[in-house]
Amino acid sequence: MASTDARATASVDDVAAQGPAQRTTLRSRHLISIGDLDPEEITLILDTAEAMKEIESRPIKKVPALRGKTIVNLFYEPSTRTRTSFEIAEKRLSADSLNVAATGSSVAKGETLLDTARNLEAMAPDMIVLRHAASGAPHQLARASRAAVINAGDGTHEHPTQALLDGFTIRARKGHIAGLKVAIIGDLLHSRVLRSNLLLLRALGAEIWVCGPPTLMLPGIEQFGVRATTRIDEAAEGADVLMMLRIQRERMRGHFVPSLREYFNVYGLTAERVERAKSDVIIMHPGPMNRGVEIASEVADGPYSVMLDQVANGVAVRMAVLYLLAGNPDEM
Amino acid sequence: MPVLMDADRMGRTLTRIAHEVLERNRGDDELALVGIRTRGAVIARRLADKLHDILGAEVPTGALDITLYRDDLMRQPVGPQPLVRRTEIPFSIDDKRIVLVDDVLYTGRTIRAALDALIDFGRPKSIQLIVLVDRGHRELPIKADYVGKNLPTSTAQSVQVRMEETDGRDEVVIQDDGDVGGDE
Repeated sequence: MASTDARATASVDDVAAQGPAQRTTLRSRHLISIGDLDPEEITLILDTAEAMKEIESRPIKKVPALRGKTIVNLFYEPSTRTRTSFEIAEKRLSADSLNVAATGSSVAKGETLLDTARNLEAMAPDMIVLRHAASGAPHQLARASRAAVINAGDGTHEHPTQALLDGFTIRARKGHIAGLKVAIIGDLLHSRVLRSNLLLLRALGAEIWVCGPPTLMLPGIEQFGVRATTRIDEAAEGADVLMMLRIQRERMRGHFVPSLREYFNVYGLTAERVERAKSDVIIMHPGPMNRGVEIASEVADGPYSVMLDQVANGVAVRMAVLYLLAGNPDEM
Repeated sequence: MPVLMDADRMGRTLTRIAHEVLERNRGDDELALVGIRTRGAVIARRLADKLHDILGAEVPTGALDITLYRDDLMRQPVGPQPLVRRTEIPFSIDDKRIVLVDDVLYTGRTIRAALDALIDFGRPKSIQLIVLVDRGHRELPIKADYVGKNLPTSTAQSVQVRMEETDGRDEVVIQDDGDVGGDE
C-alpha cells in the first residue's frame, strides 16, 4: 500500500505546485443541494468530470473504481433521462446498481420514505440516488440512512446534478462561466433546475437573468442576486446562454397560463428572439422539452442548441459525483 | 536531503534511455510512449523530444492517469478520494509497441494499475517499461526494461523526482522521513 498511498500525497503536492489551494475532496458525504458546495468544490466536480468524459471515448468504457459498491436508484417520480444517466454512470464505474421505482403515487412522504429506507438498509447500499416529489425528501433520507444520498431531484427544491451538468456544458463551450450573461426563461415557480442553477451560476460568477410570466415568477427572486424581467426580449438581449425551462403542467394546480399557444406567443423561444442574443449564444434545456410551448422546434434543432451535449455530459458529471462521494467517510 | 541526480545527469540519463529504446526496437515504426501522470508523463514528453532529435520523426506520446485503477481506492476507511486527472492517449494502441514511462518504480502497484488501464484502450503488440529510478521493495512480479538509476533504499526513505515542468527544476532527491511522500 505504501506506494499508492504515496501517490495520493504526490497528487496533492502537484496541485500545490500548480497554484493556490485547490480542493481535492468534498466536505459532505451527501449531495442534497448546490448550496452545500463552495465554488472550489463545484470546480473539483467539474474538473473530475472532464477526466471522466475521456472514458466514454475508449473502446472499453468502464473503469474499476467503484467495484464492490452497491448503489440504489430510488425513483418516486418518473424519469428517463436522469435515471438512465445515473445508471450508465454507475456501470461505467463498475458499481453494482439496482433500480427501485416507486411510481405508485400512494407513497406519501415522511414515515413511508423512512420505512423504505430501513428496508433498503438490509441490502447495505453504499449510496442511494433519490428522486422524490416532496421537497426535502433527500435531506430526510440522509438523516435516516447509513448510505450516502444523492438528490436526483426533489419536488420544486433542487436538482443538483442537472445544474452541475449545465455548468459543465457552459464551461466546455465558453471556457469559463464568470461574467457570462445567462438568461433562464420559463416556468420559474416550479423549477428545481432553476434553484440549483441559480446557486451554481452565482457561485461561479455569472450574470443571471430570469424571465417568466408574473404568475410563474418566484416572489423575492431578486435576493438571489439575479435580474428579473417579464419581457423575454430584455432577457435574451446580448445573452451568452439561453436556458429554457419546461412548463410543468403536472405541478400546476390552478391556471398559471391562459393557454399553451398564448404562452408560446409571449415567452416561447423563437428564431427571431434568438437573434437578440450574442452571435455565439448556446441554447440549453434540461428536458423533456415541449416543442412549440417554451421553444420552437427550429430553435431546438438549430445550430445553437446544446441539448444533446447536456445529456452526454450528464453521465460524466454523475460519474464525478459518485466517485467523489464514494470515498467520503460515514459520519454516523 | 542528498541530491542523487541533478539536471545535467538527468538529461544524459534520458538520452541514454532514448538510445536504448531505439536499439531494442530498431526499425520499428510502431513505437509509442505512454507516461503515467504526473511526472511519468513529463518524462515521456522529454523522451519523445529526444527520440525526435535522433529519428527526425514524431513518436506518438500519451499520458495515462491510473487513479481509477488503484488497488487501494475503496479500501481506505476514511480519507479523501485521490484526484482524477485526464488520460490523453490520442492514438490507437492496437498493435503498437507501447513503452510505459514512470518516475519511480517501488512496490509495482502503480505499474499493475497502468497495465490494466492500458488494456482497456486496446491490444498493444507489447508493453515495455522505463523508470527513471528503481528503488526496490517490489510487492508484485514487475520489472523495468530500462532503468535510469538503480537506487537501494529503505522503506523509511522517500525518493522524490522533481521535473522542471511541474516542480521548477530537474532533480532526484532522497529523504529519510518516510512521511513526505512524492515517490512512485
